[in-house]
Amino acid sequence: MSSIMNKRIRFSELVVKLLIYMAAMVSVLLLVGILLYVFSKGIGSVNQTFLTTVTSTLNGTVGIAGNIVNTLYIIVITLLIATPVGIGSAIYLNEYAKQGRLVRAIEFTTEILSGIPSILFGLFGMVFFGNVLGFGYSILTGSLTLTLMILPLITRNTQEALKTVPDSYRSGALGMGAAKWHMVRTILLPSAMPGILTGVILAIGRIVGESAALLFTAGSGYLLPKAGAGILKKVLESGGTLTIQLYLSMAKAEYSTAFGIAVILLLIVLCINALTKFMARRLDVNKAL
Amino acid sequence: MHEKAAFPGMEMRLKVKEQDSFSIIGSRRTVSMVEKTAQGIFTLCGFLAILAVASITIYMLINGTPALLHVGIKEILFGTVWKPASAEPSFGILYVILTSIVGTTLAVCLGVPIGLLTAVFLAETAPKRFAAVVKPAVELLAGIPSVIYGLLGLMVLNPLMYKLELAIFKNSQTHQFTGGANLLSAVLVLAIMILPTVINISEAALRAVQPQIKSASLALGASHVQTIFKVIIPAARSGIITAIVLGVGRAIGEAMAITLVSGSSVNVPLPFNSVRFLTTAIVSEMGYAAGTHRQVLFTIGLVLFLFIMVINISLTKILKKEDKGQ
Repeated sequence: MSSIMNKRIRFSELVVKLLIYMAAMVSVLLLVGILLYVFSKGIGSVNQTFLTTVTSTLNGTVGIAGNIVNTLYIIVITLLIATPVGIGSAIYLNEYAKQGRLVRAIEFTTEILSGIPSILFGLFGMVFFGNVLGFGYSILTGSLTLTLMILPLITRNTQEALKTVPDSYRSGALGMGAAKWHMVRTILLPSAMPGILTGVILAIGRIVGESAALLFTAGSGYLLPKAGAGILKKVLESGGTLTIQLYLSMAKAEYSTAFGIAVILLLIVLCINALTKFMARRLDVNKAL
Repeated sequence: MHEKAAFPGMEMRLKVKEQDSFSIIGSRRTVSMVEKTAQGIFTLCGFLAILAVASITIYMLINGTPALLHVGIKEILFGTVWKPASAEPSFGILYVILTSIVGTTLAVCLGVPIGLLTAVFLAETAPKRFAAVVKPAVELLAGIPSVIYGLLGLMVLNPLMYKLELAIFKNSQTHQFTGGANLLSAVLVLAIMILPTVINISEAALRAVQPQIKSASLALGASHVQTIFKVIIPAARSGIITAIVLGVGRAIGEAMAITLVSGSSVNVPLPFNSVRFLTTAIVSEMGYAAGTHRQVLFTIGLVLFLFIMVINISLTKILKKEDKGQ
């Protein structure tokens, strides 16, 4: 009756397999639950007034237009500073630096930087950019703080992208007489561009979702910038992002606003996720070629 | 100077004529200037990470130590009474520190088994079609902003916890009811939030195990489950430890998700007590704190910073060991 071909199924193994499947279902159920709950509770508060006005007791409107604009400001300014610096750092590490203690120190500190909790970045930003440099609670303070936070993300993604560029490209360019910077600019950066873009998109995701680092740096202003010079002045004024407004609404028990913002945030997260997927697929195609 | 070129190549000749001497490497001085500037800028960018970490460390120390000298190290770190705003203020943060340690430990104990099993599922047992559902779900969970976890904790978990609390402490005279905002709610939120980190890193570790080891185990007659738990997981040990350490870092540093969920008073970290973590103390009080109170909040930040540094440095130690092992 018993044959080595007959697999004996142990009861304990069945239990373990069941546990494994259950654990895997936890993530799926959580995600589905979160999406359903947030959308069902919040979709009702999302309408045109909500998206295009600011909260005002005078007009009787509840809106997050100011917060949307603030979020955009912070994304743009942070990326304007962090992207060049992050890419530059990656180019230095990958192309210029000789392997040694210095490179290890930079890589170690980049690692440390990505491990520091955002609330500590917030404290540092509040003291250094806010008080010492005197920017106060402003969009600029918030952006500078976030720059430090997302720097490791952009550096690491660019580094990975640069590593995938074949060495023959480098020797080819140098052999044809290109100087190093010329080679970096015309050969390496274009080849590494999809990887760099992925890093930038991930960074946008981080910025949109960030709250603890912004609470004490960018403040909680919710007004729209004034036209004309106000657009530039806004940079030095307090501006709360969507997440900050969500937190404040939640603390004030204005749950319909909170869920409305949560819907918008989830939609942004879904878009960014799809975008990174798309970029990853393009990267794979490039690699295959 | 630039006449319209009559035939292709003529423009080139005109340009050549303009220069005194023509060299195929161009004018050396400008090229080397550009090169040097480029290299200088890149080097500077590289140093920025060192500069940032150094200045964060220095600022945390500068702002965190005055209170320690002022109020006393023992009074702050081992004091249990937190009354920063009363007439005779007391700044003991022992319970806050303990809450962070206990909360993080519990969250990791809860999140790591689920995360590890999910990683096993993704790397070993999942049929392709299931994996194609679970993997994106994990990625999305990682991307959800922490305030949304906080909102859900507040709206979903806290009412449930309150029901549980009412049932358990029905006859208790001494229990202070928290309305569900307690340590347990915060632990659950944290456990959920560290899941993606634990899953992704342990999955990568499990996949990196050499296939020969697995085949050898199967060939010796071990079942798949035995192979997973007795061979593959031990072989991926260092990667899994990395996952756990990163999970600890994530849990101890999380602030906004648990600020409202964990309650608002400093207490002994018991499951149904309203508690303050290192992070939530900063978030909820920094807005209005002044004077010594504010300084002590920076001391709390310093304590958190030291925890994170210990975690980070032990992580690099683990990774170094792993490198040597291979």
